[in-house]
Amino acid sequence: MTPQTSAIGTSPPRPDGFAKAAGEARYADDLAVPGLWYGSTVRSPHPHARLAELSWQPLKAGGEAVCVTARDLPGPNGVQLIDDSWPVLAAGVVHHVGEPVALVAAPSRHAARAAREGVAALYEPLPPVLTLEEAESLPLLASVAMETGAVEAALARAERVIEGTYRTGYQEHVYIECQGMTAWFEPDGGLAAVGSMQCPYYVHKALVHAFGLPAEAVRVRASAVGGGFGGKEDFPSLLAIHAALLARAAGRPVRLAYDRGEDIIGTTKRHPAVVRHRTGVSADGRLLAMDIEIVLDGGAYRTLSPVVLSRALLHAFGPYRCDNVRIRGRVLQTHTPPNGAFRGFGAPQVEFAAERQMDRIARALGLDPFEVRERNVVGPGDRLPTGQVLDATASARLCLEEAAARTRFRARWRECEAARPGRRDGEPLAGIGLSLYFHGAGFTGNGERAMRSPVIARLADGGRIEVLTAMTDMGQGCAAVFPQIAAAAGGLAGEDLIFAEPDTRDVPDSGPTVASRTTMIVGGAIAQAVAEVAGQVVAWWSKARAGGAALRLQGGELYAAPASEGLATFRAAASAYLAEVGPLAVTVRHQPPAEHSFDEARYQGDAYPTYAWGADVVEVEVDPDTLAVRPVAVTAVCEVGRAIHPVLCAGQIEGGTLQALGFALMEEVKVNAGRYLNDRLATYIIPTAQDSPRIAVHLLERPWEGGPFGAKGVGELPMDGGAPAAAAAIENATGIAVAEIPATPERLYEWQRAGEASAARREAAYGQDPGEGAVAETERPRAGQAAEPGASQPGQPEAAR
Amino acid sequence: MSPSLPPAFSPRSLAEACGYLAAEPGLVRVAGCTDLMVAGQDRRPPAAGLLDLTGIAEIRGIQEAAGGLTVGAATTFSELRRSPAVRARFPALADAAAQIGGWQIQNRATLGGNLANASPAGDSLPVLLALEATVVAAGPRGQREIPYGEFHLGYRRTALAPDEILAWIRLPAPPAGAVQAFRKVGPRAAQAISKVMVAMVGTVADGRIAELRLAAGSVAPIPVRLPGAEAAARGLPPDRQAAERAGRAAAAAVTPIDDVRSTAAYRAWVLERVVRRLVLGLGSPP
Amino acid sequence: MRVELTVNGRAVALDGHPMERLLDVLRERLSLPGTKEGCGEGECGACAVLLDGEPVLSCLVPLLQCGGRRIDTVEAIAHGPARGFVEDFVAAGGVQCGACTPGIVVTAWALLQRNPSPTREQVAEALAGNLCRCTGYEGIFRALARKDEDSHAPSRPGETS
Repeated sequence: MTPQTSAIGTSPPRPDGFAKAAGEARYADDLAVPGLWYGSTVRSPHPHARLAELSWQPLKAGGEAVCVTARDLPGPNGVQLIDDSWPVLAAGVVHHVGEPVALVAAPSRHAARAAREGVAALYEPLPPVLTLEEAESLPLLASVAMETGAVEAALARAERVIEGTYRTGYQEHVYIECQGMTAWFEPDGGLAAVGSMQCPYYVHKALVHAFGLPAEAVRVRASAVGGGFGGKEDFPSLLAIHAALLARAAGRPVRLAYDRGEDIIGTTKRHPAVVRHRTGVSADGRLLAMDIEIVLDGGAYRTLSPVVLSRALLHAFGPYRCDNVRIRGRVLQTHTPPNGAFRGFGAPQVEFAAERQMDRIARALGLDPFEVRERNVVGPGDRLPTGQVLDATASARLCLEEAAARTRFRARWRECEAARPGRRDGEPLAGIGLSLYFHGAGFTGNGERAMRSPVIARLADGGRIEVLTAMTDMGQGCAAVFPQIAAAAGGLAGEDLIFAEPDTRDVPDSGPTVASRTTMIVGGAIAQAVAEVAGQVVAWWSKARAGGAALRLQGGELYAAPASEGLATFRAAASAYLAEVGPLAVTVRHQPPAEHSFDEARYQGDAYPTYAWGADVVEVEVDPDTLAVRPVAVTAVCEVGRAIHPVLCAGQIEGGTLQALGFALMEEVKVNAGRYLNDRLATYIIPTAQDSPRIAVHLLERPWEGGPFGAKGVGELPMDGGAPAAAAAIENATGIAVAEIPATPERLYEWQRAGEASAARREAAYGQDPGEGAVAETERPRAGQAAEPGASQPGQPEAAR
Repeated sequence: MSPSLPPAFSPRSLAEACGYLAAEPGLVRVAGCTDLMVAGQDRRPPAAGLLDLTGIAEIRGIQEAAGGLTVGAATTFSELRRSPAVRARFPALADAAAQIGGWQIQNRATLGGNLANASPAGDSLPVLLALEATVVAAGPRGQREIPYGEFHLGYRRTALAPDEILAWIRLPAPPAGAVQAFRKVGPRAAQAISKVMVAMVGTVADGRIAELRLAAGSVAPIPVRLPGAEAAARGLPPDRQAAERAGRAAAAAVTPIDDVRSTAAYRAWVLERVVRRLVLGLGSPP
Repeated sequence: MRVELTVNGRAVALDGHPMERLLDVLRERLSLPGTKEGCGEGECGACAVLLDGEPVLSCLVPLLQCGGRRIDTVEAIAHGPARGFVEDFVAAGGVQCGACTPGIVVTAWALLQRNPSPTREQVAEALAGNLCRCTGYEGIFRALARKDEDSHAPSRPGETS
């Protein structure tokens, strides 16, 4: 490969790009493994049932096969994540449709599927809890609360109190590569797993726990990863245990590679949410008090729900100033498949609610959407409700103003509002919507401090610096960005660097590839570690070869003075170091700023190292005959600290924005009696190229001193803004209040019909008494009830609670 | 590999194909396989075997016939949408062909397959109803021609006998000056299974709607003509009143269902709106 | 049944079930795992290959219909005449996770053979059968669509947009 420029702020082709595009990258199900058997999973057809009988009848399995049930586990029946309450295999009772009750393996995929016939399971159904109302009777999976200021007093004092209830649905990740994992036992008893994952050390920890093996006896390696979006954060830990159990039973390598149907049925989703806002405002639209309640549907098991809830809580107030804030959040348990990590991790749900509430407030006060935001937006030095004082890079206002200016937002919003009553028959309904959003980069609270995740840089053969981290490139591009950071930090050329594969045998636990932390946290540690190794080589060379002269390293060459010719290549110097001094390795642990602290009991303090900021303007056209919504254009203005690789950085925003539009407009998991009805890509619909609007990304850069070259995390940010802006645009186009997503045409039709029936009351809700908004809100018929009788929905009318 | 493989035949002529069918009744007749192959190997057809129709040249391609066109059943949607004759004279069919799956599907899926598969959501089917197409079946008793409206009998059920092959689709010349329209309402802009489809063929003479044929898909177990809606607007000027009468009559004539793709209420409403829009279009053709 | 076909220019003879998927033939029997399975039902496009030069979904093509046909997979296409295009595609940000990319490269290459300078709308129509979950398609449009249209390059401060 020709050497590429690796300067910060340039966009060299990603190093793994050609191999992926040419079909040479090897993903989980592409790896050739001698003697491989395939696994298959027997799943519960019931949402809640006693597993009265479970037996293995090898003769019915149709040939050579093995079977594993909960009775065969060598260790605890739990997937170690936050805790180990998620069963590896159901024992005694099943708690959701699709719950694994037995595993089988056979010499081919076909034989493995057929071998499921050998498992006889007898269920005695138990009453399931399928809705959030019923779920009040089950123990909570998690709950958090925070309060600052005096909320009730401020509400009492407020000139207006605006209420709103907002709902978001499930979302399926639809990484194009389904989950896949291969495991085997080595002759020495060691356990190996390779597959598609974001977090090799999560999988490692789960295997160590489940098999009771010493840490060094377990080796986990990530293959090429065909998309993750959080879906390969939690679930691969379960899949790896399953594959390893089968490998142990079969005495050979076993692969579990889900097809799409099984992937949709069997893996975690984004938590459905109901968020209630009660906001006290002054007559001129200042936020005086917020009372927010968050309810997430966790499904049957806890998985990562407590941390999803934490992040939800810490983004629920939006990028706004408010002195009196109370937030209560709960994750309820239902007999539905467990929900888990998904890009945004709780924030997209609550920011949808916060932004829709801001629009509701604006309408109530006769302000436009820009004005109400502009009056309340946070800036440098402001305090968030958590007490965190925002750093100098707090750029919400910049994003807001830039997005509005680039799109002539205010004028066009007013034009669409004015055009609504007098449109010609058949004319597409045009609308424009705005959202302002933020995303805490890195782990929540004290997570980074607790982990102090290490990376290693060391001199390798040939005088290169080898960088070792556990980060996986699931498409986001750390394969490109890490070399840029390392080269720039060390004064090196791209060829001076090697990056180790994410294999737990070799690399340290630099933490999971999640939470928008890879570039900002791990990239920062890489910069330090590489600079340290390079610096030591230069210092030694200066003393040993250059009489102590001051030397400088640039592009992999050593120079004595700015204008002089190169004295040596770094690699020559490093090779000499290796020969004459010996090995050199430096471990750098991420160190959060000493002054940062977070009180986890009270949810006060520095919840995140910093925040990335964004404003979206979404333009839609709604077909008046079908209420089908076509997003026409999106302008996304995002402040990212520093874009190390602008093409990849923008790529995160472009892709996240479309994923957010899918969430807002069309992606819907329909559920009946606890069973997902649309377990195919023909029925779970994501946007195609023809559904994709023009997405114009404008990167703003306010370098943050805590990140490498000023970079902040960006991966999740764009997931937060697209949905509320799209919903606002639909409302601007049609006059239909959109408080729930996905805003499918079927739901828009129901809401329009309900709105026509109670137009007068809806007017009152926007314009008159505090509290009536909530009344009008709950009177609108629940979409989905007509669609799926008996379906479990992410929320129900308040009256029923 | 399974020890007993089903027989598979790839005949080159209709006569040869009919011979195989006569000898082995129950052979599964296949063309583009875009529906048959869904779900892959777990849904392999019975061991009776397979009869591949795609190699039969005489049932592939588009030919002039008596003022209309004869389309071979094994003609792909790519061939249909690209055909100048289809585009010029049966634009509604070209539109439907262009909205079936993506490019790769259109390269394989055939018009005959869409008919024989007999899904309520088959995209070409309402168009064939509105165009008053006929279907030619070939079998041991020779050939017979069946109006498309009598071909599709029920949910995934047709008038094709087990020993017959769907050979051609005949598209009669549309009425002079006819406006054709096709509207597919799906869950997204492309690669979508229909929620509602409407096809229309209509003419206006002396300022009044003369001929009007309306057909809808995905609102009943089979695609349906909407005679009530046609009658409601025929004879009227193609204005809002006629359009609204037709729309209301259309919605009243069907009892769509709730399913994983849409709701009954939405389908009925959209059918009304789309019929209204298409009939209005008779007054101001694009 | 026995089927003789040409894969990436090489003559291949195979015995198999007539309904065996071309996708499985390529991945498991011919060691060409560049062609991906994303859904197994013709919805995602990850398994696209060229069949006699036309893009098709290999998960929906039975071995039965491969006799005498010419199959070109991403491996041969990307290392053959499409190499320069593939490099441009990577540089434009058309690749993220890469799981959809082989199918998109195959289909896009077929499009460019027929229309060397497609509009954004033509690209969108040609690729409507190829789902991508990472890029929002914007990097793909940048790589493929006519440059005089405003496929958006990301702007940064100091740049005109």
